[in-house]
Amino acid sequence: MRLKISRRRFNELAMASAGLATLGEFSKAFAQGEQPLIIAPVTDSAVNAMHVHFKVNGTEHTLRVDPRVTLLDLLRNKLDLTGSKKGCDHGQCGACTVLVNGRRVNSCLSFAVMHEGDDITTIEGLANGEVLHPLQQAFINHDGFQCGYCTPGQIMSAAGLMSEVCGKADADVRECMSGNICRCGAYPNIVAAIQEVRGHS
Amino acid sequence: MIPFTYKRATESAEAIASASTPHSSYLAGGTTLIDLMKLNVVSPENLIDINKLSLAGVEKKGDFVLVGALVKNSDLAHHPLIIEHFPVLSQALLSGASPQLRNMASVGGNLLQRTRCYYFRDTTLPCNKREPGSGCPAIEGHNRIHAILGGSEKCIATSPSDMCVALVALDAVINIVGPGGKKSIPIVDFYVEPGDHPEIENVLEPGALIESVSIPISRLSKRSHYLKVRDRASYAFALVSAAVAIEVEEGIIKSARVGLGGVATKPWRSKEAEEALVGKRVGRDTYKLAGEAAVKGAKAHEHNAFKVELTKRVIVRALEKAEATV
Repeated sequence: MRLKISRRRFNELAMASAGLATLGEFSKAFAQGEQPLIIAPVTDSAVNAMHVHFKVNGTEHTLRVDPRVTLLDLLRNKLDLTGSKKGCDHGQCGACTVLVNGRRVNSCLSFAVMHEGDDITTIEGLANGEVLHPLQQAFINHDGFQCGYCTPGQIMSAAGLMSEVCGKADADVRECMSGNICRCGAYPNIVAAIQEVRGHS
Repeated sequence: MIPFTYKRATESAEAIASASTPHSSYLAGGTTLIDLMKLNVVSPENLIDINKLSLAGVEKKGDFVLVGALVKNSDLAHHPLIIEHFPVLSQALLSGASPQLRNMASVGGNLLQRTRCYYFRDTTLPCNKREPGSGCPAIEGHNRIHAILGGSEKCIATSPSDMCVALVALDAVINIVGPGGKKSIPIVDFYVEPGDHPEIENVLEPGALIESVSIPISRLSKRSHYLKVRDRASYAFALVSAAVAIEVEEGIIKSARVGLGGVATKPWRSKEAEEALVGKRVGRDTYKLAGEAAVKGAKAHEHNAFKVELTKRVIVRALEKAEATV
């Protein structure tokens, strides 16, 4: 029988296991003879672990983390902010795009410990309560996605683009959004959504 | 990825002391280093994060512009001093990577960017650059993206940077501080060809830190252009690129700079192309001679012979674009 466990539940268990020295001990303690579904390593018990303090979507966090953990993995696996997606994990697809101090970056190519004092915004922090951010609404209005996997990265990238230098034409938007790949090919609608928000539609 | 220690440096001296221990590496934007650490291509045991050092300024100092090593690629590309004096540099920066990566990548890191050679990036295969003496599968293997200039029997991996090609054409000088003190090295002397030791890519000593880059302002640098040809319209490495600058008086080329990317084992300066231009009248016939001169010593492999002709054409078009500016 394969042990089934939700991602959220796993994270709770993983955090509760901080007192255990190794992942192996955790596994043994967790289920005799059964391997738990390992989604993320238990990161905070590693020898080189250190503290990092930053703000995510307005909330202050002080975390103890293995320096190998990327910002993306920390957001997803430790803070349960799974909106930022892991596509290529090498900065080539843009699915992991978040804003750091207002600027769009690939969170997969950055270690969490590098973000001491930073102000991070993920897709979960973009809406104002129940009111969607204009870009989120525009993506819906223009059907700017199909499977939706790249969408959080597309929207966060577009949010970063708003405060950058970018020409008015659709071609300029395509160039400025070239760091975000959409395998479904929703590009024309993505461009239309962004142009609507920029007032160039 | 192997475990490593992580330290945030607040002063250059402290950073240099930390980085002088074996298996240490500086960490700036992280876009090359973290990518390669995930692939186990590089495995530093100590990372010294230098992002808090005060090296992020761009300022005019007399007849040159001083660029701090931590200036982000996107900030440099859009900086008024760069747009005014070095359009070729702004164009080169904006043709590289993606907006997200340009927001992360630093000038110093870009100077040390590693090759995109498939064999270098795959630890299951030999590579003389990654594991000296293990062999070079690219020479007999898939070598479409590889070098036609500056290669050796040990390595034909290309330098992938766009920024460095422009800096070569602009006579940039790299300012370094290391355990032995400060040094300023012209960019053409900073990089070394692979020869018998492809694992050595530049003249940096262990622990040395790039602090800034000085770019001289000249009449040459204003009339400049960067042209990049790649497999897709955006967000791809160069198959061939050229950074050119010309100084023209009454239709005659007084001085010229030709840098090449995507075709050589280091950011390439073609003195042969420059010599073919100086003293000649502007125009396509002259530019064609420069293109021919640039590839005179080229050595093509099974899949990259197209780069010889492409290089000539890119040089011609880049020079025509530069001529049309100002």
